[in-house]
Amino acid sequence: MNNIPVREERTLRFHILRHNPQDSESVPHQQVFEIQEADSMTLFIALNEIRENLDSSLQFDFVCRAGICGSCAMIINGKPGLACRTLTRDLPEDIFLAPLPVFELISDLSVNTGKWMRAISERLETWVHNRQEEVDLQQLEAPMEQSLAYSIYELERCIECGCCIAACGTAQMRDQFVGAVGLNKIARFRLDPRDEREDTDFYELIGDESGVFGCLTLLGCEDVCPKELPLAAQLAYMRRKMASV
Amino acid sequence: MQVIQTDVLLIGGGLAGLRAAIAARRRGHDTIVLSLVPAKRSHSAAAQGGMQASLANSNKGMGDNEDIHFADTVRGSDWGADQDVVRMFVNTAPKAVRELAAWGVPWNRVERGDREVIINGEKVTITEKDEAHGLITARNFGGTRHWRTCYVSDGTGHSMLYNVNDRAIAENIPVHERMEAMALIHDGERCYGAIVRNLISGELLAYVARATCIATGGFGRIYRVSTNAIINEGMGAAIALETGVATLGNMEAVQFHPTAIFPAGILVTEGCRGDGGLLLDGEQKRFMPDYEPEKKELASRDVVSRRMEEHIAAGHAAKSRFGDHLWLDIRLLGKKHIDTKLREVKDICQYFLGVDPVSQLIPVRPAQHYSMGGIRTNYRGESQQLKGLFAAGEAACWDMHGFNRLGGNSVAETVVAGMLVGEFIADFCDKPENEITISTALIRDCWQKESAHLQGLCIGGGENPFGLIREMQNTMTELVGIFRHGDRLQQAVDKLQLLLQRSNNLHVASQARGANPELVAAYRVPRMLKLALCVAYGALQRTESRGAHFREDYPQRNDQLWLKRTLARWPDADAILPSLDYEELSVMNMELPPGWRGYGAKDFINHPDAPRREQEIEQLRQSMAGASRFELQNMLMPYEQLMPERYRRRNARLGENERGEIEIRETGSGEKQ
Repeated sequence: MNNIPVREERTLRFHILRHNPQDSESVPHQQVFEIQEADSMTLFIALNEIRENLDSSLQFDFVCRAGICGSCAMIINGKPGLACRTLTRDLPEDIFLAPLPVFELISDLSVNTGKWMRAISERLETWVHNRQEEVDLQQLEAPMEQSLAYSIYELERCIECGCCIAACGTAQMRDQFVGAVGLNKIARFRLDPRDEREDTDFYELIGDESGVFGCLTLLGCEDVCPKELPLAAQLAYMRRKMASV
Repeated sequence: MQVIQTDVLLIGGGLAGLRAAIAARRRGHDTIVLSLVPAKRSHSAAAQGGMQASLANSNKGMGDNEDIHFADTVRGSDWGADQDVVRMFVNTAPKAVRELAAWGVPWNRVERGDREVIINGEKVTITEKDEAHGLITARNFGGTRHWRTCYVSDGTGHSMLYNVNDRAIAENIPVHERMEAMALIHDGERCYGAIVRNLISGELLAYVARATCIATGGFGRIYRVSTNAIINEGMGAAIALETGVATLGNMEAVQFHPTAIFPAGILVTEGCRGDGGLLLDGEQKRFMPDYEPEKKELASRDVVSRRMEEHIAAGHAAKSRFGDHLWLDIRLLGKKHIDTKLREVKDICQYFLGVDPVSQLIPVRPAQHYSMGGIRTNYRGESQQLKGLFAAGEAACWDMHGFNRLGGNSVAETVVAGMLVGEFIADFCDKPENEITISTALIRDCWQKESAHLQGLCIGGGENPFGLIREMQNTMTELVGIFRHGDRLQQAVDKLQLLLQRSNNLHVASQARGANPELVAAYRVPRMLKLALCVAYGALQRTESRGAHFREDYPQRNDQLWLKRTLARWPDADAILPSLDYEELSVMNMELPPGWRGYGAKDFINHPDAPRREQEIEQLRQSMAGASRFELQNMLMPYEQLMPERYRRRNARLGENERGEIEIRETGSGEKQ
């Protein structure tokens, strides 16, 4: 911990894109705030400092502040990322923050990813489909290979932060595109033997241009995924599978 | 004023709330879930290491069962827990894990044959049984006799929350996101729902429900240094307290987790130590075996946290420019283990510390972690004062954890409480006598009161709400922490009272439309302060040490005077202290009467009934020689009649016969050095 370098104290300039759609007089504009950088400062700490000391109306979303809940995705110097685990020392003195595109703007840096993600879950039916509705909880569980369980978990690590959508060329053009987050979910359930759906069922959900055939393979999604999910490989794999249905 | 009507209103979209909603919905009751944030962002997602359930599939779980899980939990609670509730819980936990497995949770599984693990700092080979191959495995956690913690790498809570949430979506349960319950609608006897604020538009609405259940989690954010998500401000417990009628139980029982990274306070899982990680001091020397020869790093959290602070106070800390801390060493677990089983931990170390735990030590120090206290309910999760009000999960005190919760028992409690309380809520709604007749005047009064209050905040005084929150958090961390003392607790109470008075004079500078974050802080401050006062004042009054509540001036557990639960109420809205009552725990009804926990301090002041009850139990055991463990348990403390019918049955376990005994015994321990 003593190996964390002490930097000379900098003055950081935050250029924040602001707009409050709740206020009919609000127009989108950039506002600049200056604060002193502190040791190990994250954007979570910096934004709270701005709100508490400089402008109490500034809106943003943090929940876990530990990089696991996906609430705080925003555009940081041009790239989508999780603000809570972005350290200011990795950024220049001028820091540009903007809300994620595509999602409905709530205010300033806060966007409604929750609503978008719920709609995707409903549309893609992202749950285990099993005709045997109630399992007998008294009995031993059905066995599963550890390697399979782990592979499912690898895809399930998605935190629905929205970075992949914000970085997606297709999502900017087509509002119905389910994006890497949606296609990855289908890949997850396709892998899961507890889900009885067949490829033909999945084809119904993603076998068109709002699904797997809409992807332009720009792979911005994989570049920005904070959980480093293997999105490119999953997209290619799903396209191959769906093309053969 | 918009009024939304439903059968069941669940306040809180974490695991407990969602699972209870699924139960109620499946029984045919209209159910709405309110959530401060998108439900999948709830703090349940932060549970890393796993959930306890006595499946006993893995080699190191062999011989485990509900009885042992029960005893571990009661000992962990330092005998503060309600033993009926603990029994209900341990019998349901295996069912919960199996249900989640069917819903899609990719629990880590047993792999047959030899594998290398780290136990007590040494490599040990254990052999997994053929017949267990593919079943759900478990890791070691603190304060448990067997390896019982089922896990999904170190993203267990995330995986559980996502699958339960998606199940709720499958069952068409509406989740109204970014909604905050501001007050309960009640007439002093019956709860009718809540006044709710939309955190996008700022609009106030009324939700009217036959049953209202609070599942809003804990209140860790009354402390400055906490592993909790920043939304864990205890607003559910606070609005129950503000009814003036409902009680909060054992608010002084606050858990500090041994391994929060320093100084950010972000959790790294107990699984690090469960899997073999060690605690080292400033000289990089292992110190826990000197303090706790029995369980070492894996004593209960209250004990380990105290020993760490004790060791720091004795001058053995590692020093950094942020202050004193200790080290967590997981290097011995190896890269592969860390990359697959502890990858969130690795991410956290990398992003927040710039540390690679495969080759470097992790700076840690205990931080506030869990609220054992909460809305006091009976075993059905029902408030004992307000009919129609329920609570479940960390927000509740039904009371499963007493004065200290075991690791892996909270995320387990969320789903189990959701399953059980959800059934009880459905039972409640099934009864025609629980239909409600509510006057629109009552709804309007409640709504207008909140509305006027909010408007008042926008025109008033001079105090900055953010500043008050900071002062409260500092007070709690500095004066109501791991080591408590009457003088410092009195200072804390005095300071918090002053802060509460000052909070009558808040100034909200921003007139922003919509949620207005400053206004949000302003209406939460006095509520948080009331909770903080319940904690500090309860701690001041409890002149003993029990579980996580440790008094330097009263270091012994005192069963003679304090084997009782604190109940806090706030009957007068203008008061600056809660009124406290106490509820005795009956030793003569306990299945496990108070004794030594098996770790931690050995001296305590015994309850006069304890030897009598022990003798009674011994006689019962002798008179029932040859009885199965189920029959014996039923004689000691029958609880099955309390359970919802559908969850009463026994849990199947590999190699266990109908009498609950293991039939096939492996030769040897299955462990090679």
